[in-house]
Amino acid sequence: MKDNYSFTKEDLEEIEKIKAKFPEVMPATLPVLWVAQRRFGHVEPPVQQLVADTLDLPAAHVHGVASFYTQYYKEEKGKYVLDVCTTTSCQLCGGYKMLHYLEDKLGIKAGETTEDGMFSIQSVECLGACGYAPMMQVTNDVYVNNLTEEKLDTVIEDLKDGSMPDFESVGMPQFEKRK
Amino acid sequence: MAVDWKSYKPVLIPDIPNLENIDVYVKNGGYGALKEVVTQDKWGHSDVVNEVKAANIRGRGGAGFNAGLKWSFMPKPDGGPRYLACNGDESEPGTFKDRKIFEYNPHLFIEGALIAAYAMQVTTIYVYIRGEYISWVRMMEKALADAYDKGFIGKNLFGTDFSVEFEITYGAGAYICGEETSMLESLEGKRGYPRVKPPFPAQKGLWGRPTTINNIETLANVPLVIKNGAGWFKGIGTESHPGPVLYGISGHVNRPGVYELPTGVPVMDLINEVAGGIRNGKKLKALIPGGSSTPVLRADQLVDTCMDADSLREAGSMMGTAGMIVMDEDTDMVETLWRISHFYHHESCGQCTPCREGTGWAEKILLKIRNGEGEIRDLDLLLDLTTQMEGRTICALADAAAWPIRHTINRFRDEFEAKCKKSTHAVA
Repeated sequence: MKDNYSFTKEDLEEIEKIKAKFPEVMPATLPVLWVAQRRFGHVEPPVQQLVADTLDLPAAHVHGVASFYTQYYKEEKGKYVLDVCTTTSCQLCGGYKMLHYLEDKLGIKAGETTEDGMFSIQSVECLGACGYAPMMQVTNDVYVNNLTEEKLDTVIEDLKDGSMPDFESVGMPQFEKRK
Repeated sequence: MAVDWKSYKPVLIPDIPNLENIDVYVKNGGYGALKEVVTQDKWGHSDVVNEVKAANIRGRGGAGFNAGLKWSFMPKPDGGPRYLACNGDESEPGTFKDRKIFEYNPHLFIEGALIAAYAMQVTTIYVYIRGEYISWVRMMEKALADAYDKGFIGKNLFGTDFSVEFEITYGAGAYICGEETSMLESLEGKRGYPRVKPPFPAQKGLWGRPTTINNIETLANVPLVIKNGAGWFKGIGTESHPGPVLYGISGHVNRPGVYELPTGVPVMDLINEVAGGIRNGKKLKALIPGGSSTPVLRADQLVDTCMDADSLREAGSMMGTAGMIVMDEDTDMVETLWRISHFYHHESCGQCTPCREGTGWAEKILLKIRNGEGEIRDLDLLLDLTTQMEGRTICALADAAAWPIRHTINRFRDEFEAKCKKSTHAVA
């Protein structure tokens, strides 16, 4: 864990834009934690301190916020974090099967990171893609829907090559005739 | 009486390609309702409130409260800031509808929020979207920027003295932030702890100022009501719970997805005709009708049940968010309930003891039963626990956790008993 983190000029410009959205500075806490996590890959305590110093807010407040929300990584994760949904609809449609397949494939358990630092797996609560179950989200970004073992194989291979899955636009089935 | 849904044409997300493009939206009459209310004398602020109240748009976030009536709780303007907070947190398991509005018809929601802002004389609108929906946040940022560019948001709209700002922000993973006062805390940059009511947000909301919170789908109905009138809206679906609904159908069906239909569609039509029936030719076992907190219904309870507040109440459940989770005959109800309880335990914010401890113990006891270590008396312990959680906390999360436990055990008691150890004597 290093302890000398700093925002770039672009980050600071973005932070100024965020602050302008609100009448006070405290509401910038969540968005600026996001800026920090995108920059450093996590929000470990020294990063939380940087956010607190940048916004001139108590470090305890920033820590309280960072620790409340699940999407902030309070410790370093793999380059790609695979959040497999296992809540009700995904559970019914094989979410745990997909989770266990990934665990076996990567040789780690949910909550762990591979030794080469490439992948972390997490079992997460409902991501709001219930009709496209089972599904996962990659590093707080793209949703991968209707998972199968074959689809997971492809996604993992692509990620190893550094290419994120494409955004899958799922239409309204009422209008499928249109296409 | 069942509503005629087969001839229904969607209006929230109509079959118009590229409607997310502002030019296409405007070409199809978009922002016309906003212009009308802002510029025409016949639309005073209270006239808009009254029209929406008359339409009886029942909140689509789950509570089902008349949106116009909610607006009327805002105090008279005192010159200070007033807020509209749009709830796009959408975290109730089984619910995935608002993201369709963000993706396919964002301007309808934006227009609805702007009309609401005019009606309540709001100075700033915030839309709060769950952090996981970052792809849809980006779509909304684009839509908002386009609406600013075209002059539908900002100072002196259409040359009048009505001005409004519109900001977008997003969370970072917390179900509780869908609870309206928790969302306000999160918007203020804090941990998402629900607030004690009263004071209600209309009196003291964001930064202590008058604030109204509405669901995204609720607001998307507003321009349609203004354009077509409250009478038109009330003619859709059932009388006491009118209008279009985005049904999110998931689970063991052949064609899961979001479907826009009127309220009051028979449940069996939605499962068998709209969503293509149960997968692999299996039989229906149960349905969670409106997100995981709404009580589960057995197949025999669904026979004449329709998707509206009255019919679902009669059947023993609720409309919630219309996020329907369909379960086939092979579903293990003990496993399903344990997972739901795990969810509420994970998402309890921890402020109130009955919820923090109750959700944890419920999950532990259910895990014990699931693992074949439970006893029959544990079922009664769980039922007793639910009565000690419900209605004893700041927000409704404890209720949302208690209802599925009570109703799943009562409605599938034999299945739970079958998993329990046969001996009931005390183990030291």
